[in-house]
Amino acid sequence: MIALSDYLIVAAILFSVSVAGIFLNRKNVLLLLMCIELMLLAVNINFIAFSHFLGDVAGQIFVFFILTVAAAEAAIGLAILVVLFRSRRTINVADLDALKG
Amino acid sequence: MSFEKFLFYLFAALMIGAALMVITRRNPVHSVLFLVLAFFNAAGLWMLAEAEFLAIALVLVYVGAVMVLFLFVVMMLDINLAELRAGFVRNMPVALLVAVVMMVELALVLGPSRFGLDQYAAPAHRPADYSNTTELGLALFTRHLYAFEIAAVILLVGIVAAISLTLRRRPDSKYLDPGRQVTVKARDRLRVVRMQAEERE
Repeated sequence: MIALSDYLIVAAILFSVSVAGIFLNRKNVLLLLMCIELMLLAVNINFIAFSHFLGDVAGQIFVFFILTVAAAEAAIGLAILVVLFRSRRTINVADLDALKG
Repeated sequence: MSFEKFLFYLFAALMIGAALMVITRRNPVHSVLFLVLAFFNAAGLWMLAEAEFLAIALVLVYVGAVMVLFLFVVMMLDINLAELRAGFVRNMPVALLVAVVMMVELALVLGPSRFGLDQYAAPAHRPADYSNTTELGLALFTRHLYAFEIAAVILLVGIVAAISLTLRRRPDSKYLDPGRQVTVKARDRLRVVRMQAEERE
């Protein structure tokens, strides 16, 4: 049988991989957004696993709302990215220093 | 090893592998495609945990809409890849260190000694006529109705924000303002001039 700890450890590995991805690709806004999506996926796996093992549907409701908010976040994030690319011709985080004193 | 366990490890391994490919590929288009693979396998894991509605919603909404949006944006932007990859090797030791430390800590806390089958016994399988969608809908439209409506407003805000951010007025476009079009009167366009008739010579 699959134990609760199996789900939790898979989600923990996925979360660690996406944290490593943020460190590795810190110049690229697109990859940063993708790593955030992976982190949210790891959190959602935890919610689903607890919902299954505790027999409580509230965990799945939470996942539903996280999916909603993540979709809105991705849409707005990508829109900001497109506007940024139009004005600066780059998505390199190191070049975005307009607010630097 | 039971078939269920085999499926679990297959989905989990493919998902972790796809996630690793997402963060290491040079081409962002490949990254998005591996992200799609990771989401598919996560949907398989959710299906094993008997969250059928959310598994299907993940494939339809996430893979079908959000990832396609990512793919469009990645393909539309003309990115200088070499410049964005700078520092990849230099950041590798720090990334590995943080990831491994985090993974070990989480595994120690969440390991089988605290969350194993002895502490949380595997629930019995649901009968075949059990509907996950019905139960989710009953909870969503009764106890969580306000949150549901707020989620709808958040999606509306997302639509409005994304459109208004990317909308641009181009001076060379032949854009017609419908507001001004419908308020126009006939006398603004046509002027009747009264003039003396002339005799034919």
